This record gives sequence, structure tokens and C-alpha cells, in this order.
Amino acid sequence: MLDLINVSYDTQIPNNVGLSEDRKVLKALEKWHPGYINWWNKLIPQNFQESMVYLRTAVSVDPKGWAKFDYVKMPEYRWGVLLAPAVEDRRIPMGEHKGDLAWQEVPGEYRNMLKRLIVIQGDTEPGSVEQQRFLGLTAPSLYDMRNLFQVNVEEGRHLWAMVYLLQKYFGKDGREEADEMLIRSSGSEEAPRMLGAFNEETPDWLSFFMFTYFTDRDGKMQLESLAQSGFDPLSRTCRFMLTEEAHHMFVGETGVSRTIQATVEAMNKAGITDPYDVNKIRDLGVIDLPTIQKKLNLHYTLSLDLFGQEVSTNAANAFNAGIKGRYLEARIDDDHQLKDDTYTVWDFEDGKAVQKEVPALTAINMRLRDDYTRDASGGIRRWNKIIEKANIDFALKLPHEAFHRKIGVFAGKTFDPDGEMISGAAYDAKVNDWLPTHADGDFIQSLMKPVYEPGKFASWIAPPKVGIDNKPGDFEYVKLHMA
Amino acid sequence: MTKRIDFQVDAAAYKHWRVSYEGPVAELVMDVDENGGLFDGYLLKMNSYDLGVDIELSDIVQRMRFEHPEVKVVVMKSAKDRIFCAGANIRMLGAAAHSHKVNFCKFTNETRNTFEAAEADSGQKYVAAVKGACAGGGYELALACNHIFLTDDSASAVSLPEVPLLAVLPGTGGLTRVTDKRKVRRDRADVFCSTEEGVRGKRAQQWNLVDEVISNAKFDTVVAERVAQMAADSSKQDVAQGIALTPLDRRFGEDGSVTYSSVEVAVDRAGRKAVITLHGPKEDAPADMDAFTAQGAEAYMLRLAREFDDAILHLRLNEMELGLWEIQTQGDPEAYAAHEALLLENADHWLANEVLMLWKRVLKRVDVTSRSLVALVEHGSCYTGLLAELLFAVDRSYMMEDEFEGDNRPIAAITLTQANFGTVPMGNDLTRLETRFYGTPEAVVAAKDAMGAALEAEEADALGLVTEILDDIDWEDEIRIFMEERASFSPDAMTGMEANLRFAGPETMETRIFGRLTAWQNWIFNRPNAVGAEGALQRYGTGVRGAFDMERV
Repeated sequence: MLDLINVSYDTQIPNNVGLSEDRKVLKALEKWHPGYINWWNKLIPQNFQESMVYLRTAVSVDPKGWAKFDYVKMPEYRWGVLLAPAVEDRRIPMGEHKGDLAWQEVPGEYRNMLKRLIVIQGDTEPGSVEQQRFLGLTAPSLYDMRNLFQVNVEEGRHLWAMVYLLQKYFGKDGREEADEMLIRSSGSEEAPRMLGAFNEETPDWLSFFMFTYFTDRDGKMQLESLAQSGFDPLSRTCRFMLTEEAHHMFVGETGVSRTIQATVEAMNKAGITDPYDVNKIRDLGVIDLPTIQKKLNLHYTLSLDLFGQEVSTNAANAFNAGIKGRYLEARIDDDHQLKDDTYTVWDFEDGKAVQKEVPALTAINMRLRDDYTRDASGGIRRWNKIIEKANIDFALKLPHEAFHRKIGVFAGKTFDPDGEMISGAAYDAKVNDWLPTHADGDFIQSLMKPVYEPGKFASWIAPPKVGIDNKPGDFEYVKLHMA
Repeated sequence: MTKRIDFQVDAAAYKHWRVSYEGPVAELVMDVDENGGLFDGYLLKMNSYDLGVDIELSDIVQRMRFEHPEVKVVVMKSAKDRIFCAGANIRMLGAAAHSHKVNFCKFTNETRNTFEAAEADSGQKYVAAVKGACAGGGYELALACNHIFLTDDSASAVSLPEVPLLAVLPGTGGLTRVTDKRKVRRDRADVFCSTEEGVRGKRAQQWNLVDEVISNAKFDTVVAERVAQMAADSSKQDVAQGIALTPLDRRFGEDGSVTYSSVEVAVDRAGRKAVITLHGPKEDAPADMDAFTAQGAEAYMLRLAREFDDAILHLRLNEMELGLWEIQTQGDPEAYAAHEALLLENADHWLANEVLMLWKRVLKRVDVTSRSLVALVEHGSCYTGLLAELLFAVDRSYMMEDEFEGDNRPIAAITLTQANFGTVPMGNDLTRLETRFYGTPEAVVAAKDAMGAALEAEEADALGLVTEILDDIDWEDEIRIFMEERASFSPDAMTGMEANLRFAGPETMETRIFGRLTAWQNWIFNRPNAVGAEGALQRYGTGVRGAFDMERV
């Protein structure tokens, strides 16, 4: 059991921010900590809380050895506050303050804007843990269960990272916002999470993989842009979070790969070549490729919505203020102030979707979304290679950005996955081919049977090529507590 | 912005609002069509509004009173997810001419005042059920409701972000209602009005920014229960059936004139003048309120008020260079008095009350109209009761004295009725006569003693009811000179002078909104910090902050 009263913060919270010296923040974190533990304990089913999970814990910010692996009970995971090393003489990389020394304290005029960004980012972290809380019960292997928990504890750590910033730099308001993070809850009627995609269910493991591939990738893009921030503590925090985020996307990409692998292997073995012979394929206990495409369509489009309006005042303000940059800002060859630049965005004119030039400053979201789409297409190519290798005539692809949108210029209109605007009736007639149906959900759910034996995997998913921390295939990643 | 703005809308085709009625409760749902802006160049995103949205709201509020007297509680809510209302559309404001902004604000203020007063005037209570962001003009909509429910979902907030975000004021009553209506402590109000993101949940209730904070999961149920209770507790009389507000009989002439059944607007462009003539009734007064109700929107007193109201709004928004309004009445004073008397004697009848309250609002519109107003009491006129009230609303009045050569109309006379002594108070809560005679209350008593008498020029002059009486010899020249002089003055100085002189006496929330708040807002609307090329309003949306002149003036 944790000793909640006399928490030794120097040992309980690995940190490189001198917490033991910082009475003010220490006090605030001490107040917040029990609520966090309480949130965690209520969230994850009890037998998993008691289980020993082979997790990596961030212990330093040294790029060579920042994590160590060991068995740990999740509630005892050492959620640390870790910032990437300070860069000497760091300058604000963009906006009207470009070239000034980066801020080490919050500039008063941008306090609210910064706080808002940090709150929104912070709110997504526990949100995803909440969405995934029951997946342990249907884990297709101990390897996957361990990956799930790794993602979960690290999202928890990311919450800590944001909460630390709020408590350290935003006074009373910041402390209140930190408390609210534990009050809002994914899918809650009472107080839902702030962004739509974080209130959707993650009902099965394929959803989890899609989520970590597509939605965590939005997280990556957001962190990349916040890593550019002129507010140095935020930049350093996000830079370190990115090292962890990479693993989450790895879990997503390989999870989908392994699902596809199992499908095509089973098809080959059964001599099925038609990928649309859905019933026969499903009888093999694997997920047919068209259904995988539907899941992809859903998660990709939900994630696109996270980028907000194509033309956005808030994004423009944040960029110009030097609070939030673009993806790989330093590598972009322009004035980093966007004084006269334009950028192409989608808009609607006379009922038609058209592309037009707008001031680049207002199109920051659109640009980040375009970067996201490029970044997300890499995995699709690798997935298609697996299908190709198995000689099956099928290719996954990203739907057009107009398809199935709830935010932005395409919202409220009906498009097919190729981006053709179609009538509502035409959409209704085909939507079951494009997005997962309840029946698809039932089928996937029927496959979600836990496999808790070391080295064994559910029928619908292939084993990984390499183990975590180079462990052998039958390694017991989770020592389940069976009460 | 050259197209004519029409204040008459088709109630069957609202673009931005949905209204549903269930017994004594009406739901007023804001669902702004983002492509339905009055002008090009902006989208009404996130339930933001422009004048067109407000014209519909004003129409709904009016119809609620006349067509749906069975309604006791009106619940204002939003159809949008996570947004109650984002306030006035900023791009519209940024692009609009100063004069449009000012008139827009005035009209929206009048609409807010109207539904706010509906409870006291007619027992119709407006309440706001706020889910999602309720910002700026959105919170001002809620503030004008007499009860605010806010959901406690840890995200929904009420806010007035105008100052930090746009360098302008929450000018639709926001600053005033926070302190005067909700009586928020001034330092908290200061924090609230300078915090972009506003206040949510329990604190919003502690600070009295809202009346009730309700758990999100139970919000709809609890609001429905509370609203049903309010309706049950309402002292409003039960009325089974309202009357239909049928379209106005209105024709526009090529020269800009407008002709209604009982109101005529003539335009003198060279003189920068509009002549508004209100005609007396052609028909006899209805025998009783049943007969009046049967006439419905055709009943003279109602028809005249609606037509006059429309003429005022049309001239204000569409004829900004007509800086002088000459008010005329023509008709049989006694016939008019009979129509008015039916209402005054049946003031507890719901419809009589509604018509009188409409007159109260129309006359208040006159009070806050930024035009030089002059009333001419010519022979054949019918300045009686509510129409005589016009004499006390205008800046100056001139009355014909004695017979005029070649003019065989009945001799000019003014008749005061009960309506001049409390039925239609001004925004300062005084009658126009009390305001007129602010230092000499005995003059109000003397006027009251003369109630019912047809007061010809000399008597009217002795009672101080008109500015000047002029005979056949002087009339034409004096009037001409006054009008020419008036037309030559700076319109700005006139607006400022008139607005100050019209409202003697005590401040009320209403006068503070139209005086203090509006004046400061209009000053800010002229300052580079807001509207200059580098001002916050112009730069909003570009990502570049407003550049401010840091000198305090």
C-alpha cells in the first residue's frame, strides 16, 4: 500500500525540477496526489492494480538511458515530473516575439491562452486512460496487456506533467484546473472530457490500436507544436513527453499490423483470396480487411476533428504570441512569423468544396492537420505491404478529409470516403460499408476473449516480431494477481 | 450595406431560432444558421449573432406576448453542442460601419430590455438554461433573462471576454446588469469582466453570476421541473387564445416614403428630414375588449403602435442621414380618445395591457432615438393621451395658435389623459411629464388637473406642454429657421446633447445601459485601440494582437 500521508516526494516522484526545494509546488502536488491515486484506483479493475506489470519507468532525461524496466504494481508506478534538459540561451522560435529569450515565467498577457492550451492537452491524457479502462479484461495476450498498461501509466505521467505546469506557474487558477482534470471523465454525462474523440468508447482492442495509431498521433502533433513554445517549461515538458509518445504509436501501428498479419495468414491457410468474403473470413476467427478499413475510417476522421477549425483565430493567436508553433518549426524555411504568407485551406463556396488561399497565420491548424495526414500515411504503406506479401488484392487507405467530419468546413455535410459530396440518402445507403456497424462491433467483441497464458495470443492477432526490452516470446509481462 | 433592413419577418420561416409551445411553457432554442448572416463576409459560427438574428428574436418576443398569452415561462436554450451563444459576431462588428454597430447595439439592447420586462409587464418570465460556452453577448442574453440555470459539467462557463479579447465593452447591458441586476460585488465584477474564460460552476453561483448550478446529468430534468414549478407559481392570468400579428400594410415609395394604414413617412432629402404622420382612427372604437380582440391586429391602437414602431426602426437603420424627424398627427382627437379609453379602462384585460405595454416600448424607442425630434401641433392634429406623450418625448414642439388663413382644419388642441400620468413611464421610471417638470412637480399636478380638456395653444403654453406657440404670421418662418438651423449642426453634437437632455432625473439600469454603457462603448468604437487598422477588433482573427496607444485619456 502507498503511504498517502508521508509521501516521500524525492523518492516517490522522480523529478529533475528540484521539487524538494520548491515548497510551494510540493505543497500543491501533495494536495493533488491523493486525488490522483484515488482516480487511478477507481479506474483500473482491482486485480490489475495488484498485478505485477513489467513496465518501464522514466528515471532521467538522458537520451541514452531515460527509462528502466521492472515489475511494478501500477498504483506504485513512479509518476515523475521530468523536463527535457534546458537549452542554453534558447530563443522564442516564432511569432511576434521571435528571437527574444524564451520565457522562464508565464508572461501575464498570455497567461490565459497558455493555461487554456495546457488544460486542453492535460485533459486528453487521463481521458484516454478512462476510455481504455476495461481493455485489460479482454487482452489478447500478456504482451498486449503490458503494452496497454504502459500506455496507461504514461498517459498518467503526462497528466502529471501538465498538472505540474499548472501548479507551478498558474497559481490558484492552475490548482483549480488541476483538480478539474480529475473531475471531468470520459463519456461522463456529468462532466465529459473537453474534446469529442476522448469521450468515444474504446470498446475493443482493434479500436485501441487504431486509437493509439491515429489519435495518439494527434497528441504527438500537438506535443510537437507545444515543444516549440516560447514558454520554456512547456517546451521542455513536451519534448520529454514525445519520447514516451513514440511507444504509444508503436503499440498502435504494430497492433494493427499484427491484426492484419493474423487475417492474411488465416486467409492464405484456408485458401480464401477474396477479401470481401467476409463471413468465411470471420469464421476463421480473424477480422476481415474491409472491417479493418472501416475502423480506420472512423478513427482517422475522429482524429482529424481534433485539429479544430481549418481557419482558427485561437491557433493564429497562439502562434503569433509564440506559445505554440508548427510541426518541426525549425526546419520550415520561412520567416517564422507568417507576415505575408498564405496557405491553402478547404472552404465552401456555392455549395462546393473549394481550396483557397488564406493568410497562413490563420491556417495553423490546417497545416498541422496536413502534416498529420502525411505522418499517418506511413503506417498505411507498411500495413499494405503485409497484405501485398500475402497476395491478397486489397489496399487500406486513408479516407478523404471531407468524409465523416463533425468539425470544420465539412461538418454537417455528407461526403463519401473519396471526397465526393453526395446526398444524405446516398450516404445512408452506403454508410454501413464505410463505418463500423453495430454488427461489426458484435463480431469484434465476440473475438475479445482474454488470453493470459505467457507466450499465447488470441486467434485474431499475430505475435510480435520482437519482445519488449528484448524479452523472449514466452516472457511473463504481467504476473496476474488472481484474487 | 445598402440593402434595406427589414424588421418585419415571416414567423413561419425563422432561420435562427426554433420555438415550441407546451401549455404554459415555451422553449426558445437558438440555432443560428451560420450561412444566414444579414450581410456577406462573415459566417455566424457558434451561435454568434448579427442584426438579422436579433430581428427574429425581437419578433418572437413580440409574438410571445400577443400570440401566446398562455405562456408563462420561456426557456431560452441552445441547439448547439457545447455552445450556448458566442455573442455578437466579431467579424460582422469588425467590418460594420460605426453607425451600423451603434444601431445594432441599440436594437439588441431594446430587445433584451423587452424580454427582461416581460415578467413585470405581462407575467411572462424568461429563463436561460445554459449549457456550454456562454460568452459576451451570449451571457448578455442570459443576463436579460430573469433566472439563469448553468450546468456544472466542469467546462460550461459564463464570461464577458470583450475587454481582454477585443478591447471593447460588453455593451448589450453586460457591465450594467452584472452590477445593477445581479449585484455582483464590484471587485469580483472586475475580475469577471477582465477574464477571457469567465467563471464556471459553483463559483458562478457564489458570485451570483447565475442563479442555479445544476449537475450536468440531471440538468434537463431539473430545469424542466423548476420551470414547471415557476409556471405553476406564476400569477399571470390564464388566457386561452392569443391574437395573430398579421403582416403590416406597408408600401415603400421610390422617393423613400413609406405608407402604412395609419402612419405615413415622407422624406425631404435636401432638408435631411423625415416627416412622420400618425393618423387618427377612421373607424369607431370597438364596443368592448371582446370586440377589440376580434379585430386582433387590425384594431386601431395596436395597428398604429406596430406601424409606428416599424417606421422608427426603418428610419433608424436605413435612413441615417435624415437627422431630423418631424412628428405630426392628424385626426379627430375625440375619436382617438375613445379608442384609447377602451384600453385604459380595461387595463387588466390581458390584450389591453399588452397593447399599452407595446406603446410603452414604442415610446421608449422614441426616447433613445438618436435623431433630432420635433413635433408640430398643427390644426387638425390629435395629440391626445399616448399621442400627446410624443410631445414630451421630442426635443422641441411647436403649436399653432389661433386660426390660420386658408386652413379650415379644426383648431389645434392637446388633450391629456390618464395615459400621460403613469401608464407609459420612461426608462428612468418617471413619466415624461415628471421628467419634463423635474424641478417643478407642481406643474405635473397642474397638468393633471387639466386632464380631459382640449387645451388650445395659450393654455398648453401656460401649462408648459409645448416649446413655443406660433400664430399664422410667425409659424412658417420660425419653423423653417428652426429646421434649417437644426440640420446645420453637427449630428454628433446633436446626438450627444439630446441624449443628455432627454433623461433628467434618476438613473436606472435602463438609463445606465443607454447612457453610460452605450456612450462609453460608442466612444471605444471610435478609438483606434478598437477599430483602427491595428486595433483589436480589426485584428481579431488574424492572430496578430491589437496594438494599443497606451495613453490613458
